[in-house]
Amino acid sequence: MKYVDEFRDREKAAVLIKEIETLAASIEITKHRPINLMEVCGGHTHSIFRYGIEGMLPDTIELVHGPGCPVCVLPMGRVDDCISIAERPEVIFTTFGDAMRVPGSKKSLLQAKADGADVRMVYSPMDALAIARKNPEREVVFFGIGFETTMPSTALTILQAETEGIRNFSVFCNHITIVPTIKAILDSPDLHLDGFLGPGHVSMVIGTSPYHFIAQYYKRPMVVAGFEPLDVLQSIWMTLKQIKEGRAEVENQYARIVPDEGNAAALAAVSKVYELREFFEWRGLGSIDHSGVKVREAYAHYDAERKFTVPNIKIADPKSCQCGEVLKGVIKPWQCKVFGTACTPETPLGALMVSSEGACAAYFQYGGIKKQAGAA
Amino acid sequence: MTVIPFARTRPLGRVHVPTVTLAHGGGGKAMRDLIDDVFVAPFENLTLAPLEDQARIDLDIFGALGDRLAFTTDSFVVDPLFFPGGDIGKLAVYGTVNDLAVGGAVPLLLSCAVIIEEGVSIDLLRRVTGSMAEAATASGVQIVTGDTKVVHKGACDKLFITTTGIGVIRKGLDLGAHQARPGDAILVNGLLGDHGAAILGARGDMALETPIESDCAPLHSLAQAILTAAPHTRLLRDATRGGVATVLNEIASSSGVSIEIDEELTPIRDEVKAFCEILGLDPLYLANEGKLVAVVPPEEADAALAAMQGHVLGEGARIIGHAGEGEDGRVTMRTCFGGRRIVDMLVGEQLPRIC
Repeated sequence: MKYVDEFRDREKAAVLIKEIETLAASIEITKHRPINLMEVCGGHTHSIFRYGIEGMLPDTIELVHGPGCPVCVLPMGRVDDCISIAERPEVIFTTFGDAMRVPGSKKSLLQAKADGADVRMVYSPMDALAIARKNPEREVVFFGIGFETTMPSTALTILQAETEGIRNFSVFCNHITIVPTIKAILDSPDLHLDGFLGPGHVSMVIGTSPYHFIAQYYKRPMVVAGFEPLDVLQSIWMTLKQIKEGRAEVENQYARIVPDEGNAAALAAVSKVYELREFFEWRGLGSIDHSGVKVREAYAHYDAERKFTVPNIKIADPKSCQCGEVLKGVIKPWQCKVFGTACTPETPLGALMVSSEGACAAYFQYGGIKKQAGAA
Repeated sequence: MTVIPFARTRPLGRVHVPTVTLAHGGGGKAMRDLIDDVFVAPFENLTLAPLEDQARIDLDIFGALGDRLAFTTDSFVVDPLFFPGGDIGKLAVYGTVNDLAVGGAVPLLLSCAVIIEEGVSIDLLRRVTGSMAEAATASGVQIVTGDTKVVHKGACDKLFITTTGIGVIRKGLDLGAHQARPGDAILVNGLLGDHGAAILGARGDMALETPIESDCAPLHSLAQAILTAAPHTRLLRDATRGGVATVLNEIASSSGVSIEIDEELTPIRDEVKAFCEILGLDPLYLANEGKLVAVVPPEEADAALAAMQGHVLGEGARIIGHAGEGEDGRVTMRTCFGGRRIVDMLVGEQLPRIC
């Protein structure tokens, strides 16, 4: 495919891998331990597994798969709330496909659907609005989930509903923001990360300036990265180069998509419709201040949380589950006590086993090759 | 098997109303007319026409072709009923024919049981059974028995079809998923994932217009061509639900071998690749309805490939990988990028990714 295959070129990859190997070997740290780089975004995790990038990298580099899978970090209590809305007889509950299998404390949306709830998979919140237009006698709720990547599209859908005067539509808002989460990871006492690959699609919306604190205060380099495999390799190389030269800066590898100032129109829609929550609960990471958004008072009638009463009960993560440590890069997925035994994609205990972007599910499906070779 | 020319043994009834009602399932004249008009007339064969409670088959026709019967059944609930490149009728015939064909059997006879939701138009049924009749002719099979049920609105989605098939396997031929050996070549007969992408596109709920057509086709003559060219073929499998990835996993685990395929050698059309990229799907798991996987010993691989490429349904055939030793049951892919990844069984349905 034109304009895609160029970013998947095997020969260029071989050259880059060689460069990365030489560069990593010249960095002092690698004499004692591997360099730990976190890719923040689930999209990167997916590319890394999809193209087998981890197995191509030298042993001097460890990739840590970060918290950037919005489906994975959704706590059980929120899933329960969403099921309680979906099970109301007047409701058509619309969701992205990925979110169907996330386990709540009793069931997932997929099970709720089997039990009779009207749950429909959509590809965009605008599809949900179209369902609302077609079914004026029903209440259509969209499961708003995702980082700043998907936030503008739900905000614009709410604005569109307002323009058209559609009142049987609302959003169950679970949108989260990436920056406080990266900060929470950086503040973690057991942190051992040397640099970050920054999220490409989030940055397309928010730009690169919100990350400057990472370089300034935490002295860690970050390279905002694209999602094609050559993007990922080049970003790794750029991060290593900063480490080698003793720099900690925010660089933009994905400049073909990400403007440094972000997308003003998208940001305007987001701030018109949403405001920061005081805190939001993350599966595995606990409560993080200002890490989620809610619908503003002015659009209260499009807020499913206000429209329907939800149980709003906090459910603790299963004790055996080590998602938090995996998310922070303290342990690798397969080092978790329940990985592949009590917790599998079929019966996920922890959220990271649920979505194909979750680090554990990705290891289960695509990975394991380097890990096993390493163990042998 | 000789196809006996259809000579009408009795005058056939006709339906004169536009839609199916519960009366058409009541066992009376309305039902008889529906069966005559919609099924017996297009299926046109002497075994079916008398409408006995069972089809009666002369055993000699089996014995002449081989020493074992192959017997299979499959249900079809596809939505939408008509899609680019096919429809539920064609699928119901080819699906069962292919299940027989990949066992090395010559497909001969089919049954056709339908569950119809009241309110379905008679014209729609005629289109479907007309398509079944054409597909049966193309596959060299006869539809010799059947059943019709009509259910209340909402009790089924328009039309469900179950076909059961009988074929004959020639003496000495024994294909099986457990027979792959290290070194064997893995072949496919062309572009993968077309059917799955066509159906997803035709559902129209993702606002993506695709020019992709289903690959729906009968594989019996291709299968025989492979078996003639490569008589020691270990097994054939049609890569329907779950796609090639699932078939390869079944083979690797039944045979206790590993399988490695090469992404660059795996034929997938650009439109299907693009479709999957947009929706966050993996084409290796998309269904096919006219594609088979052949596992052939290395010394017969070239012959099998040439036979496939010489067949109208195998022009795009490729050797996509090989079975290997060690890592029993593991399927991997050498990616276009030079890495290596596991191609696992899907847990459930493929769900599109958020971003």
